[in-house]
Amino acid sequence: MTTPAGATPAPNGSMPTYLGMPSFPSAARTAVADSQLRRNLTHATTAIRAKRANVVRELDDWEELRQAGKAIKEHTLANLDTYLLRLEESVTSAGGHVHWARDAAEANAIAIDLIKRKNADKAVKSKSMTTQEAGLNEALAQNGIQAIETDLAELIVQLGDDLPSHILVPAIHKNRAEIGDLFRRTISEAPGDLADDPPSLTATARAHLRGEFLDAKVGISGANFAVADTGSLVVVESEGNGRMCLTLPDTLISFVGIEKIIPSWRDLEVFLALLPRSSTAERMNPYTTIWSGVANADGPREFHLILLDNGRTATLADETGRQALRCIRCSACLNVCPVYERAGGHAYGSPYPGPIGAILSPQLRGMTSPADASLPFASSLCGACYEVCPVAINIPEALVHLRARAVQSQPHYPERIFFSLAASILSSPGRMAFAQRLGSLAGSAVARRKGRIRRLPPPLSAWTDTRDAPAPPPESFRAWWSRTRGGAR
Amino acid sequence: MADRGQDTRFPGMFPSGNVRSMRIGLFVTCLTDTLYPETGKAVVTLLERLGHRVDFPAGQACCGQMHFNTGYRREAARMARGLAAAFRGHEAVVTPSASCAAMIREYYPALAGETGDAGFARDVAELAPRVHDLATFLTDVIGVTDVGAYFPHKVTYHPTCHSLRMMRVGDAPYRLLKAVRGLDLVDLPDATTCCGFGGTFSLKNPDISAAMCADKVAAIRQSRAEVVTAGDNSCLMHIGGALSRLRAGVRAMHLAEILASTGDAGAATGGTP
Ligand code: SF4
Repeated sequence: MTTPAGATPAPNGSMPTYLGMPSFPSAARTAVADSQLRRNLTHATTAIRAKRANVVRELDDWEELRQAGKAIKEHTLANLDTYLLRLEESVTSAGGHVHWARDAAEANAIAIDLIKRKNADKAVKSKSMTTQEAGLNEALAQNGIQAIETDLAELIVQLGDDLPSHILVPAIHKNRAEIGDLFRRTISEAPGDLADDPPSLTATARAHLRGEFLDAKVGISGANFAVADTGSLVVVESEGNGRMCLTLPDTLISFVGIEKIIPSWRDLEVFLALLPRSSTAERMNPYTTIWSGVANADGPREFHLILLDNGRTATLADETGRQALRCIRCSACLNVCPVYERAGGHAYGSPYPGPIGAILSPQLRGMTSPADASLPFASSLCGACYEVCPVAINIPEALVHLRARAVQSQPHYPERIFFSLAASILSSPGRMAFAQRLGSLAGSAVARRKGRIRRLPPPLSAWTDTRDAPAPPPESFRAWWSRTRGGAR
Repeated sequence: MADRGQDTRFPGMFPSGNVRSMRIGLFVTCLTDTLYPETGKAVVTLLERLGHRVDFPAGQACCGQMHFNTGYRREAARMARGLAAAFRGHEAVVTPSASCAAMIREYYPALAGETGDAGFARDVAELAPRVHDLATFLTDVIGVTDVGAYFPHKVTYHPTCHSLRMMRVGDAPYRLLKAVRGLDLVDLPDATTCCGFGGTFSLKNPDISAAMCADKVAAIRQSRAEVVTAGDNSCLMHIGGALSRLRAGVRAMHLAEILASTGDAGAATGGTP
């Protein structure tokens, strides 16, 4: 056990996966041209969007639930030090071991050490965003330990040597035909004539994984919630693979971000209503596994909880940005996001894609790279994400706030000069009127066809590449008013 | 200025309630002022036709939204301070941009707080609740849905994101459009999906912006409308620019211009964006 996470915050965390990704606009440029990807994403997100809207509409008190979820998380984050210590105490007294990790490297080292001590060379994994964030699989591989993903979509990503592109459905960018193809190539248990229908694909994955579950000495998981009062961890899932990872192996290691904590059992009720409807559009998810420490008659003999900071305390220090820590990883914001639907998850360069990724990754990692500084700008600020978020994270507000931080930490000088010039014109009615008169003169010179401008020089060519621009009219509104109304009143 | 009770040109268009003539400050917005003056004139025509007095405070410039949303908060605060001061003493401020109205209502208080300038904060506290976008000002403040317009065209309405999710205009624009004589209002498929404008997003992420616009344009074509309208010239500049580039034969036109149009002055030939 090292220091509590709150004591020495890392300035920002490390998130080794996806390093070297180009910044969002150029990654997105490639993605929008991929017709297969576009079709797969539109198909998947459109279906889940409609389903979510239907199951949410069923509840009259959805808005109250949402506000309750927000309030519980806000309260917990404001008192995180208290609840973390309470969690440590209750997990320990239930026979579990608690480890504190400041960053991904520390967390991975703890896990590697535990697995080595068990003389294991592989571990079965249930779906976990936190291990993705920590880059655990890669770290294990470097130490000769094989991580076996047992969630169907994670398995697809792993077999394809691919990267996840969605929080809930990491292989959302692949369609059935592509998955069938992958299974025929990579799974020895796959029949030669494997069909592309979901039951056949699932049966193949099941046959492949069953032996691994029975063999495994170590299981690795994340957790959706950690209840401070009772030391209970909660995993919410659909496939049942998670329950096997959590119950079959002798040793269980759980990676949990320090923001996953909730105070008590009563609070869990709110989230078990919010999460399934928001994520899979189900009234209730098929499997909810809850465990507190170890039990004699059942489940793992040894339980290790690794509490990960990795930039979270640094995020907590930002009053506006910290709301991102309320996230329960439901992925509703991804599914409604028009930008995500067209760019896909990989363009966000982190395991956390979509609107939540755009506000979370730059905070967890810090905005030192151009790629991270570009993320808060990867949004049209349409607000669809805020509307669906079950814990009412005002994502547009956080985006705009982080843009200001990005402008500070990664200044782009030509842009800065443009914006100060623009500010000096747009803040003064006199200078604005003067600029409008110049514009009218220039407009009449460049407008080629009926008030339309077909081409402008860079950076405005980014507009005219796909859209005509309006030519300034002969007279601004302001000029018309003062001409016809005898000056402004 | 005609008293609205005595105006007999538009029988039945005034609510039964006794709404007195208001002195309304027009916040025209920098974009409409500079590029779409016809929209500003339409707002004036419309509000005066309804019996109100319109002021155009000359001290107004830009609300600062572009700077604010792009991360230049200090510059935005400077613009916001000027705008809030320009509208002192108006009982209602109306703007043909739900987005700029939302900027003032939602973000000015925080912006004023950041500067620590008490005068600015006072101006904002006075201004923010009095700023209305045109559509809800008509339906909720004045309480009128039939504004006496005539516009014999097939029209579809795009609910812009900020009008929908920040100003929560709801069905106000639809009610206003349905009451326009001669107007055939047709459904826009996937209406509530963003058009992809997003201010500087359209320049910083031009590929995604264009991909979003392509889908919006496809939906507009599918509606078979000849005019697409909205409560914001910024989104209309984006959608209209794509329609024009494609020679789609569909024009983009601000809601105010449709509502101001009476057919008699050839107003139906407008369509600026
Ligand atoms: S930000 Fe909200 S909507 Fe998005 S994944 Fe997190 S909880 Fe879900």
